[in-house]
Amino acid sequence: MLQIEDLSVAFRTRKGEVNPVRGISFEVARGEQLGIVGESGSGKSVTSYALMRILDAGGEIRTGTISYGGIDLRRAAERDMRSIRGREISMIFQNPRAALNPIRKVGHQIEDVLLQHAQATRQDARAKAIEALEAVRIADPQARYDAYPFELSGGMCQRVVIAIALACSPRLLIADEPTTGLDITTQKSVMDLIRELARAREMGSILITHDLGLAAQYCDRIVVMKDGRIVETGAPQRLFTEPEHPYTRRLVDATPVVGASIRSLLPAEARTPEPAHRVQDHPVLEAVDLVKTYPSKSGPVQAVKGISFAIRAGQSLGLVGESGCGKSTTSEMIVRLLDPSSGKILFDGQDIAAVPAARFAWHPLRREIQMVFQDATDSLNPRDTGASAIAEPLARMGGLGGRALKARVAELADLVGLPQPLLSRYPHQLSGGQKARVGIARAIALEPKLLILDEPTAALDVSIQAVVLNLLVDLRARLGMSYLFVSHDLNVVRLLCDEVIVMKGGEIIERGPTAQVMSAPAHPYTRALIEAAPQPPVKTPA
Amino acid sequence: MVSDRAKMILGRMAQALPVVAGVVVISFLLTRALPGDPAAYFAGPAASEASIAEVREALGLDKPLVQQFFLYVGDLAQGNLGTAISTGQPVAADLASRLPASLELTLVALLLSCAVAIPLGVLAATRPGTWVDHLCRVLVTAGVSMPTFFTGIVLIYVFYYLLGVAPSPLGRLDFIYLPPPTVTGFHLIDAALAGDWETWFGALKQLVLPAVTLALFTLAPIARMTRAAMLQALSSDFIRTARAAGLGRGKVLYGYALRNALLPVITTLGMVFSFTLGANVLVEKVFAWPGIGSYAVEALVVSDYAAVQGFVLAMALLFVLLNLVIDIAYALIDPRIGFS
Amino acid sequence: MAKDTLTAAEAPPRRDGTLAHIGHVLRENPVTMLAFAMLGFFLGCALLGPVLVPYDPLATEAARALEPPSFEHWFGTDNLGRDVFSRVIVATRLDLTISVAAVALSFAFGSVLGGMAGYWGGWIDAVLNRCLDTIMAFPLFVLAMGVVAALGNTVENIIYATAIINIPFYARLVRAEVNIRRNAGFARAARLAGNGDLRVLAVHIFPNALPPMMVQVSLNLGWAILNAAGLSFIGLGVRPPTPEWGIMVAEGANFIVSGEWWLAVFPGLWLMLAVFTFNLLGDGLRDIVDPRKRT
Repeated sequence: MLQIEDLSVAFRTRKGEVNPVRGISFEVARGEQLGIVGESGSGKSVTSYALMRILDAGGEIRTGTISYGGIDLRRAAERDMRSIRGREISMIFQNPRAALNPIRKVGHQIEDVLLQHAQATRQDARAKAIEALEAVRIADPQARYDAYPFELSGGMCQRVVIAIALACSPRLLIADEPTTGLDITTQKSVMDLIRELARAREMGSILITHDLGLAAQYCDRIVVMKDGRIVETGAPQRLFTEPEHPYTRRLVDATPVVGASIRSLLPAEARTPEPAHRVQDHPVLEAVDLVKTYPSKSGPVQAVKGISFAIRAGQSLGLVGESGCGKSTTSEMIVRLLDPSSGKILFDGQDIAAVPAARFAWHPLRREIQMVFQDATDSLNPRDTGASAIAEPLARMGGLGGRALKARVAELADLVGLPQPLLSRYPHQLSGGQKARVGIARAIALEPKLLILDEPTAALDVSIQAVVLNLLVDLRARLGMSYLFVSHDLNVVRLLCDEVIVMKGGEIIERGPTAQVMSAPAHPYTRALIEAAPQPPVKTPA
Repeated sequence: MVSDRAKMILGRMAQALPVVAGVVVISFLLTRALPGDPAAYFAGPAASEASIAEVREALGLDKPLVQQFFLYVGDLAQGNLGTAISTGQPVAADLASRLPASLELTLVALLLSCAVAIPLGVLAATRPGTWVDHLCRVLVTAGVSMPTFFTGIVLIYVFYYLLGVAPSPLGRLDFIYLPPPTVTGFHLIDAALAGDWETWFGALKQLVLPAVTLALFTLAPIARMTRAAMLQALSSDFIRTARAAGLGRGKVLYGYALRNALLPVITTLGMVFSFTLGANVLVEKVFAWPGIGSYAVEALVVSDYAAVQGFVLAMALLFVLLNLVIDIAYALIDPRIGFS
Repeated sequence: MAKDTLTAAEAPPRRDGTLAHIGHVLRENPVTMLAFAMLGFFLGCALLGPVLVPYDPLATEAARALEPPSFEHWFGTDNLGRDVFSRVIVATRLDLTISVAAVALSFAFGSVLGGMAGYWGGWIDAVLNRCLDTIMAFPLFVLAMGVVAALGNTVENIIYATAIINIPFYARLVRAEVNIRRNAGFARAARLAGNGDLRVLAVHIFPNALPPMMVQVSLNLGWAILNAAGLSFIGLGVRPPTPEWGIMVAEGANFIVSGEWWLAVFPGLWLMLAVFTFNLLGDGLRDIVDPRKRT
């Protein structure tokens, strides 16, 4: 149905020409579900924009042919393209809320497409729009017709975007990272919906994603892209069991699946034996009846509803939950950036919640509790070089200065595997993985007893995630730190943590040794979380 | 939904009240913060010792400050802004009779500049890097650098002295015409209502140069904001969705992008009003336009204090009102207001 | 230890000095180069103008009144026979002083107020917002008129009036810039590194507001000059015979209708050029204080 031959795309920028797509060829058969997988910068999204001919200003197709049902999309007149977009080939995007016009009712946005492609008249447009909302299983479509995007949840917005895309029954659907930023259970329901609608309508689809596991679960065939080229194509089962290209193998290895170990995420040649960490019996930190209440227009809202837990010395505790479950609020309280409304935080038996967060900066225990932040870019001051970021806690609390400070910074850089010359760079001159290393070096600079890891790999590509997770495992064994690992991803928590706590609606609903919770979840919600995670084919032991 | 909206608009109006109170306090402080003797100022430069004392008592300046404030507020509530020395009339009456001239000039200028700036901004944003874009950038930078009073003088020199196409820059209407019967106080509307097209044309001819002067000044911020907002809107995700859904170019540009882009433009209009009302004073002086701005300048020259304070207060109240209108218009367009 | 897939150890150390960075910004953009050159010219006029001009700006010569521009009097003479060129150049010092002083005042006060309101929020924020709303409720030029009229007709009072009407712009900008970074990762990290609130605000958050503030500074320097000249134009502030661009345009305006254009046009052009220079400076100043522009 869709055939792409030798497609290349070039962008003119101020710094010269860049080529995000360099001569790729693939095809999509009628009704086939194709996955395009690649890490950031692989050119996977640009490919889809090119074939829809909606490249941003400055971009153009250099070579190749795009043929859809016999029509040459590269040479088709803009008029003809308009009647193909939305009618024959539709597209959905990541960040669904931003993908909708913020000041137009969602029903009207669906009508716009129906009217554009003469699939409805002024008289029956409303009815057909509601029908389209029904098709994507939005509860109470009559009422939702009049809603504005800001009144809907992220998952709901994505359903509306799908309704717009499918309103005119296209024959091909391109989904560009459709579930990035959505919770894992929402991701599953959105992906299930897309698959079901595609099957029912015999519609082909292209799923563009960074998540090999997700693509493996939902696609018939997968194209792996790297640096604008296709490195391998094949069925998911085959890619996972017998990857041919070394890059595919690395990607497969780095994807955390059931049965993987922390070291098996790394390429085979980098797998050293996993160092053991020693968990002691006495707790380093105890949270007792922690409550956090926020005021709101409709009265006080409890974000955290009286939770208690303990982290033993040397232990890694996972804190898992979806957005809004209170896990971030909890970690902010533990790290003493936020004051709990009530409850105690005992560190080595001393109640540190009694000291207000605003004055904790001068507390002697400040250096013992540190944190690695979710977004490495956001956590580094754009005006400070890597070296000054790492030096800050050493100079403020470690009493170091001059040559000793410099030497310690260099030592830390070695410890986290950051090449020395990069220390004098500003954050915008570093890659995502390098920024993560600076953030970790800063957090461990004073060798804290407890390190809170707030989704430290959420913004990273999987291959970098694999490296960073392994770095954390090494550091734990070497420095004997305890970890509180906050994450939405059970597969990652499983690799790193001894015990896990599952939170929902501000409460702890399940806790226990990680292996036990994962294999025999007691709470239905935990079970739903585990099931919602993509389950790619089990790979061969390497 | 509808009642939410109405509640929100009432809320906006209520929010304007503390601002009005603040304006009254500041204007009171300006009256009393004089380094010299306020009574001497209010009595005028030619006053004798006795008449100053008289004024002091009449204004209640011998009483404590708090009491003075309530006297001042009481006077304001009755519309009493004092008496202007230069005209001998109550300041409130003077301002009321001159306000339409200022408003007519300001509104015509704003309409003119919106009519030019918004299309210019849209064109520049949709054709980045072309001559329209460059023209827009040059106009914007030059526009904010032009002192209005200087632009006015240059326009007079070129169109009145050199080319002779403009009438002499002296007021709203040449003396050969009779002013139309006052209904709204706007010459253009009153003349049209009276069906007196000759006068209408005469009034228009007087209006063109000062209105263009003001419009040139306000063009820059509006065009710049339109261009920036339009570029931002065009690069947003929902425009990509609309394009991927095959919507027509017109629908994407005007139905989706421009409507979103107009929101920040409307917000900027508040700032633009502030500039326009200020620049109005200068333009009125250059063109001898009989509005409240030139009234204030004349009053300044003779140190007619009550008149100046009345003018400042009137301008502030007018501006608060305009901002209120802008806020409500914004709330009517943007569904998100009042919910976040 | 695990190795990064993207090690860039071969990259040379980057130790650009600030001067080298300024040089880089200037070379990058010819407009910025032009703006800085023009700024240099105006600063030169302000510093050395009174020494270099050919005539005493206050000396009248009735016999040579209203002469058009000539080789002897480049910009002609005014109605009292004073040399317009000398007056225009000498006026630079006064006009620049007013605008720079006013902008410095509003920058300082606006930064402190806005920084506090943006960081701590709560009642400080509420009170500040009410005050700013009240100032902004006046058309700004009109407020300046009122303030100068109330405080008295002096150069200092023009500076104060101009500073007052500009404070809201800085306060709001800083408030917004600080507020979005109040809980940014790097601000929280700074707290974890043992910094108190005040230090986090002053050392870590505030400097990040500098790039947009530089754009505001450059626009405001222009506005401040326009504002001061406008006040003089309507007879407030600087008094004749002091050479000042606004007054000169006001005095020259009376002769425009009879064709003696040079009295008003030259000071007006100079004023325009100065404002234009300041407006062009914005992007360059921003790039200089923005480390992300370092490549």
